[in-house]
Amino acid sequence: MNIWDAAHECMSRDELEQLQLERLQAVVNRAYKNVKHYRKVFNDQGIVAEDIRSLADLTRLPFTTKEDLQRNYPYGMFAVPLREVVRIHSASGTTSKPIVVGYTKNDIKTWANLAARFMTAAGVTHDDVIQITFRYGLFTGAFGIHYGAEAIGASVIPMGTGNTDKQIMIMQDYKTTVLVSTSGYALALAERMEELGVDPQSLSLKIGLFGGEPWSEKMRAEIESRLYLKAMDNYGVSEVLGPGVAGECSFRKGLHIYEDAFLPEIIDPETGRTLPPGAEGELVLTTLIREANPVIRFRTGDITRLDYAPCECGRTLARMERVARRCDDLLIIRGVNVYPAQIEEALFSAAGGEIPYQIVVDRKGAMDSLSVVMEVTERIFFTDLQKQKAFLEAVRKRITSVTGIQVEVRLVEAQSLPRRQGKIQKILDKRNI
Amino acid sequence: MLRIKNINTFYGKAQALKNVSLHLAQGEIVTLIGANGAGKTTLLNSLSGVVPPRSGEILFQNVPIHALLPHQIVRLGISQVAEGRQVFKPFSVDDNLELGAYLSRKFLGGKDKARQKKEFVYHLFPQLHERKNQLAGTLSGGQQQMLAIGRALMAEPKLLLLDEPSMGLAPMIVQEIFRVIAALSRENKTTILLVEQNAKAALKLAHRGYVLENGRMILEGSAAELLENKDVQRAYLGKDKKEIWER
Repeated sequence: MNIWDAAHECMSRDELEQLQLERLQAVVNRAYKNVKHYRKVFNDQGIVAEDIRSLADLTRLPFTTKEDLQRNYPYGMFAVPLREVVRIHSASGTTSKPIVVGYTKNDIKTWANLAARFMTAAGVTHDDVIQITFRYGLFTGAFGIHYGAEAIGASVIPMGTGNTDKQIMIMQDYKTTVLVSTSGYALALAERMEELGVDPQSLSLKIGLFGGEPWSEKMRAEIESRLYLKAMDNYGVSEVLGPGVAGECSFRKGLHIYEDAFLPEIIDPETGRTLPPGAEGELVLTTLIREANPVIRFRTGDITRLDYAPCECGRTLARMERVARRCDDLLIIRGVNVYPAQIEEALFSAAGGEIPYQIVVDRKGAMDSLSVVMEVTERIFFTDLQKQKAFLEAVRKRITSVTGIQVEVRLVEAQSLPRRQGKIQKILDKRNI
Repeated sequence: MLRIKNINTFYGKAQALKNVSLHLAQGEIVTLIGANGAGKTTLLNSLSGVVPPRSGEILFQNVPIHALLPHQIVRLGISQVAEGRQVFKPFSVDDNLELGAYLSRKFLGGKDKARQKKEFVYHLFPQLHERKNQLAGTLSGGQQQMLAIGRALMAEPKLLLLDEPSMGLAPMIVQEIFRVIAALSRENKTTILLVEQNAKAALKLAHRGYVLENGRMILEGSAAELLENKDVQRAYLGKDKKEIWER
């Protein structure tokens, strides 16, 4: 059977809950002891570790928000001294400063094994050749899957992003069997193959592991019919680990959350109230085995629901519905997380103050595009065309450096952006995913 | 097979265990590590009923045992080998084992069974067999420890609680004792909870481990994970590693 760690993935619920309680109690003790933020919050709110006597007591603990993580930039959330951290990744924040995520040696091993779980569930074995088209760097995506593949013993081709023609050439020549990419890039590859006259059926592709951005069942069907592979979804959260939080099994009725490593909850994003099993709401995660960066009740911003019914695959782990939307204004563009606030900050600092603008997200062909449209104001009025060009270039560079993605910047006439009750709609997402 | 939830154990007013939870699956060797005074022995004593917890729950094969008396707990199949090799020194090795069979004779099938068990112990510890008529008090420290374990095995425990079996013994002897613990788990499927100061040796033997600190559980993990954990290394695997000891 396609199960990487049957001992944990197929535990009886009863055993799992005991293990979760033990690990929760240990992580709360450790977080209180080693993380200044948690010690302060617990002390301020009069919480003691002994309050946690059951999994339900988790609700007594405060949430950890993105803002908390940002406030503790860079190393404030670490539970171990820096010298024990062997890797530092980052997640997008709502400001120009990213969120820093640390890993110990054990954390990296844990990560490899968790990634190996969803990869195995998707059908990956040591016979596979895996082409990873995620960016290697501060983002977690490429590395997590890379480690998972190595743990399984598959052959990894660490391509990184871009260079679509070369990607296709390697896919043909190296006989890639597993494609790892964003769903959008998979379609971009299919399109390019069409242009080049490459028949996808002549390739060796079997499985596609797509993550990093929400993608619909419609897209799944399109990818499968155009690339002749089985398209599988997985879910990760950079702030807690990266890919390896949850993944689909062959039955594809939701993504199994690795509950021995992450304790999931669903809350009402408005009130923060815990919702009963099956209800739709915001996913909240508590790390149970992370060493460097334990996070208690982290609000992921992703909207989903949990199904605790046993799955035909034999796993006893709860399944989360595929994430289709978020409860905040995060934009996911070509798999990269971008907060409008990041763009605004970069824009205003380049312009030297507030200016009217609109962020436009669109999908041209299969790929997302991001553009920022600014209205001319006195602050950014240039008679000299050269200067105007230089300004636009400066804005573009700044946004790209903060968000990590390419952006198009345009100036339009004053008062030309559509207004509703005098206000510009700051984000216009024209994609219909 | 064993499940502990939220136990709190006190010595008078002093709380030695704070909301401790732990479990053992059938056939597992689990080690409990921690500094002196962390609460390791207290946890064993709470399990065996010697110092019952003030609150919390202990289930052994789904039977609540936290309110039972020590002899009732032994009868259910939990034997404790206390720290410090407590053998009946004026008695012979053989008699010491017979005393351990008291229960099995009474409840588990009489003399034949006891003889069988004794043979099993002698098979595990040939050194004891060679000295079966020697007085326990004249045995070396290592042999006394073997005898203490052997005596506990006479009650045919399903769960064996071992408290610092390596204490004060030469490394060679420790190896021998640990070899037998491994064999017990492998051949006899005895479930073992091992409390050790010698964390490295214990983690090499065990499947999983827990780390206690000031009466609180701060870590649970596979033995391999705990061996790699820097907190564990810093605190329990030798302070000679200065670079990780200084925070």
